[in-house]
Amino acid sequence: MTVLERYEPLIDDVEAFYEACERPLPSAVRVNTIKTTVERGKVALDDAGIDYEETDWLPGLLRLPEDQPGANWPYVHGWLHGQEEVSALPATVLAPQPGERVWDACAAPGSKTSQLAALMDDRGLLVATDNNMGRVSALRSNTERLGVTNLALTVEDARNHSLKPFDGAAYDRALVDVPCSCEGTIRKNADVLDEWNYEQVQGTAGVQKGILRRAIQATREGGTVVYSTCTFAPEENEGVLDYVLEEEDCRVVPFEIGLEAAPGITEWDDDHLDEPMAFDDSVTHAKRIYPHLNDTGGFFCAKLEVTG
Amino acid sequence: MSDQPTNVSTQFDRVPETAADRTVEGRATRAEILDWFEERFGIEPAVFDSYTFWERGAGKIWAFAGDLTSPVDIEGLGMTALRTRQEHWKPTLEAVQRFGHHATKNRLHLTESRAKQFMAGEDQAIEWDGDWGYLIVTHDLAGEPEPIGVGLFTYGELRSMVPKGRRREL
Repeated sequence: MTVLERYEPLIDDVEAFYEACERPLPSAVRVNTIKTTVERGKVALDDAGIDYEETDWLPGLLRLPEDQPGANWPYVHGWLHGQEEVSALPATVLAPQPGERVWDACAAPGSKTSQLAALMDDRGLLVATDNNMGRVSALRSNTERLGVTNLALTVEDARNHSLKPFDGAAYDRALVDVPCSCEGTIRKNADVLDEWNYEQVQGTAGVQKGILRRAIQATREGGTVVYSTCTFAPEENEGVLDYVLEEEDCRVVPFEIGLEAAPGITEWDDDHLDEPMAFDDSVTHAKRIYPHLNDTGGFFCAKLEVTG
Repeated sequence: MSDQPTNVSTQFDRVPETAADRTVEGRATRAEILDWFEERFGIEPAVFDSYTFWERGAGKIWAFAGDLTSPVDIEGLGMTALRTRQEHWKPTLEAVQRFGHHATKNRLHLTESRAKQFMAGEDQAIEWDGDWGYLIVTHDLAGEPEPIGVGLFTYGELRSMVPKGRRREL
């Protein structure tokens, strides 16, 4: 059984799913509204002779029908950031506001971090955490090019994130875009399935639970936490949500986006499991995005409200 | 040995408001930083009203769009904006791209071909009647002047200060 066959029972159109997984991923860029406007970003792309199509769900997120462009003026000015279309989803769902306190728990290399900063109009406090120093330098390079100034950067295990440097106050919102098994990135990295094994899924799910718990604890009552992955594995998606619903004061809430998606699942069985898994009904509010639904990478996204 | 506080290069210390508040020798003050941006580039102090300035690394000044209790022992705070503790202070490319559109002097506008040379890191002979030293270099992007980075003008030559990692052949 191949890795993807495992997920066939979850997918409406298996043939379309496999076809999409084999096509290369279309390039996309996000116009960085910290340094320009969407209108001027489009003019600069026109002037540079770069074709683009607007996505119908997020203004300023543009598909590039040709291959990834090389160096160009709008890029070196930090007006554009290359970002896979579906990866712009979690920051959009989190919807941070200017002046708020926001935590990006697994921030490097900073595509979503800089999108959060732009949504905040570069005002308020955006704390970005990552545990890998090498990836943190990529993050810093991206956020500086994009002109982000409301960012505080910590290098630590997100499970042990300390609020001490930030005057101890809780966050209004947190983004938990965790490391995962990444089957959803198969269109840009075909090797991802070669490295897949079930023990790693289990180990990764343990880390994901720890990070999501910490984010819920660090967010104020009534605040919002968005949990996202690029894996199809229910153990790393609904399984993690089900766990934190038991352990922390929070609930999974519905949200709308302009992308085709399937709901989160409440039951899961597989050869690797001794017995079927069952998840809380509310995880159906989460969204599963398969590559064939919108011609993107694969993704999982859930919105939680902190209730205690 | 003196008990004077010194610069700790691994943490962020908020710079003092004025020289009278200074406890760490050689540290730039907020007043000096605002004066410098205004005197050198005509950038009004009000542009930085919502910003705090921090030193981490000797002479490296970071601009942060908020405030925290000093010191802050983390890896990054806002963006690197300015290099001090040297005779001629030097803004970063990032700060120039972010705040340089407020500049009213020591701004040098380049044609498209000259702008490409500058971005590639090449030095070029140029006529310039203004001050010597660090200039904000601009070119037209989407129909309006847009700051690219920092140039150093001396003896009829504009030297590109675009850091190696940011240079591009366009």
